[in-house]
Amino acid sequence: MTDTLASWLQSDAPTSRRQAVAGNAYRAVRSILTNPTAMAGLLIVVLLILMAIFAPLLSGGKSPLDQDLAMRLAAPSAAHWFGTDELGRDILARTLYGARVTLTIVLLVSVVVVPIGLAVGTIAGYRGGWIDALLMRITDIFLAFPRLILALAFAAALGPGIENAVIAISLTAWPPYARIARSETLTIARSDFVQAAVLQGASTWRILFRHIVPLCLSSVIVRLTLDMAGIILTAAGLGFLGLGAQPPTAEWGAMVSSGRDVILDQWWVATIPGLAIFIVSLGFNLLGDGLRDVFDPKSA
Amino acid sequence: MSEPLLVVDNLEVTFPGRTQAIRAVRNASFTLGRERLGIVGESGSGKSTTGRALLGLVPRPGIVTAKTMSYEGKDLLHCSERDGQSLRGRRMSMVMQDPKYSLNPVKTVGRQIGETCRLHLRTGRRETEQRTLAMLEAVQIRDPERVFHLFPHQLSGGMGQRVMIAMMLIAEPDLLIADEPTSALDVTVQNEVLRILDDLVRDRGMGLILISHNLTVVSSFCDRVLIMYGGRIVEECAARDLQNARHPYTRALVAATPSLDNPRAELATVIRDPEWLK
Amino acid sequence: MITVAGLSVIFSSGRGSIHAVRDVSFEVATGETFGIVGESGSGKSTVLKAIAGLVPSSSSALEVDGRPAAGRRSRADRRMLQFVFQDPYASLHPRQTVDDILREPLEIHRVPGIDEKVTKAIADVGLLPIHRFRYPHQLSGGQRQRVAIARALILNPPILLLDEPTSALDVSVQAEILNLLAKLRQSYSFTSILVSHDLAVVAHLCNRIAIMQAGRLVEIITAADLRSGTVTAEYTRKLIAASRGFTRLNV
Repeated sequence: MTDTLASWLQSDAPTSRRQAVAGNAYRAVRSILTNPTAMAGLLIVVLLILMAIFAPLLSGGKSPLDQDLAMRLAAPSAAHWFGTDELGRDILARTLYGARVTLTIVLLVSVVVVPIGLAVGTIAGYRGGWIDALLMRITDIFLAFPRLILALAFAAALGPGIENAVIAISLTAWPPYARIARSETLTIARSDFVQAAVLQGASTWRILFRHIVPLCLSSVIVRLTLDMAGIILTAAGLGFLGLGAQPPTAEWGAMVSSGRDVILDQWWVATIPGLAIFIVSLGFNLLGDGLRDVFDPKSA
Repeated sequence: MSEPLLVVDNLEVTFPGRTQAIRAVRNASFTLGRERLGIVGESGSGKSTTGRALLGLVPRPGIVTAKTMSYEGKDLLHCSERDGQSLRGRRMSMVMQDPKYSLNPVKTVGRQIGETCRLHLRTGRRETEQRTLAMLEAVQIRDPERVFHLFPHQLSGGMGQRVMIAMMLIAEPDLLIADEPTSALDVTVQNEVLRILDDLVRDRGMGLILISHNLTVVSSFCDRVLIMYGGRIVEECAARDLQNARHPYTRALVAATPSLDNPRAELATVIRDPEWLK
Repeated sequence: MITVAGLSVIFSSGRGSIHAVRDVSFEVATGETFGIVGESGSGKSTVLKAIAGLVPSSSSALEVDGRPAAGRRSRADRRMLQFVFQDPYASLHPRQTVDDILREPLEIHRVPGIDEKVTKAIADVGLLPIHRFRYPHQLSGGQRQRVAIARALILNPPILLLDEPTSALDVSVQAEILNLLAKLRQSYSFTSILVSHDLAVVAHLCNRIAIMQAGRLVEIITAADLRSGTVTAEYTRKLIAASRGFTRLNV
């Protein structure tokens, strides 16, 4: 069975659109799988996702919210593998459940930032003229601010909470994607196949959607994965400062913050969530690096 | 004819691949004296790779082997790094297709030619400059002093190619390999550049290998022609005998070329016989 | 079918302007294959692009099928005139299959019977059904150019413009494509303008040929005149001599 599936995917004479698209996807996946950096990154990201999904199982049934003031700041032991925090909550459970918050923020930001960046960039690049100038100046304005500070300002203005954190981060994260999309569009728009589409009478929307955006996607995805670390850190930063996820929700940044005061004696309270942030950021970085090698070997 | 300059016997260039090895050149054997040899083939025939193999320019991971590959009796394959360097550039030189890609964009013309001169002939500054200017004149550049100080992007295609030729001939090599030297040029400029090559090669008694996909150019410029297909040399004949070639691929190639003097309603197409690849 | 009078194209950049085409005039009759020959910088490709409306131009007249060709072309205008580009590696979208590429013009103009038309177009240009769902990188240069020709002809345009269609191809592949164009000329009966730097190619396919140099039209001659060398301009003579190959001074 797998033999025929493999040969179906690898066929160089596909008989339907489905087969052609599937074959292409298969080849892309194969090249990712053979790239060690991408694989390492992918593994970590997959682990993150599994942690988030199976948090109740992996925490051994412990809740991240159960306080046990008698067991405050307990060192790692058989009962609490990663120890407990200042309110006696199990750190392992809080770390695992915290993955959910991180993943939510990462997903929501991606879903907002990529379409906005692509839309602004491709329209600016294709239409040129005053539309390009206007859109790029708006982009420049957002780019001029240091990301964390701007996110802070927005979060402070909008109020605490995960949704507002997502909005704040998205508002600061989209400009580079517009830039990338625009620069790719400028090159692609001049190519013969776009001219051919113009000659056929294709509308601007068709050209942008069907011709230009598909070619911008790989750069944007690579940039997104490399940005992920920054987004996670910004989210953690917001959490650290009390914006973003609110107590008692477990969020890695907030956990690090609350462990600040006791870091010298009860190092596990701040260090464990800190390690989680570090490992996941690293994972996304590796994945982004590997994807870039796969999509564009020339820039490697 | 005196001793051949170049003897090649059973040259093989292989590129190991993930699923199978690509044999870019298979069992190529030929000799070259102080004459003009043309190597004609389409893309993928192995003609450029052959030229590069002679100069040790085959990119990694290509593997070059041969029963014999010698220049004036010196083994080209197994020579030391230092011997190879003294041969290359000094005794054997190569002109490539597009001067846009083979000239250093951040150095002036004079400086680049001068470097080659200094490297191989070990001349002092003044003599280098004199030789460079003389060489620029020899390639029919009308105001050598001005061109001396120009950068490659300021040169036209034909001029760039002449600069390239000047650079490759200043060390007075005995053998010049020209890999598609006129393919990027307009047809009127092509003949001017070929005229320059013609004069220089004749005056200096050099051997020349002209690699091209253009049958018209090769058959009108060279003495002998090698036709390559799929890495193999399928035919070797005198340039003027091309019309009477024996191998079906050569005949098909000649018949497929549209010509002003030979109008046909339909051009012959090459029906590729897998036998040719054996 | 096509009337061009006083066509000029000027490209202006920061540093100044380039007169790519200067005051070019000619006419192409219905069903004719008109050739434009010139070297680099002659403006031959620019003339073609101006007729297609791909570059802005000024002219005292630019008429297609008796009607003036506007600066902005409507969707209906686009069905009149199609283009085959020089570089087969750049004229097909790398992420679209042959099927996608051929459907697009039909979808844009809402032509029914897409499936049969695509199958017919593929067969007409000498490709096989196994090529239908391949991506461009899975095709050779000659095969890609066939797809480009199929794309141009699938709407059955009365006019086909070809910009150096075989310059990027090997001689044997060029022969196949030239034969294909000759055959399609009969079955699809279009009027065409073929641009090339290669005199022999142009003489092979065209009835009348315009010679261009540095943006200007030097002269218009027939293919027979070209072959016999009965030309008036010195430049044309030079071009013909050069295309015959190199003449050795002493053998």
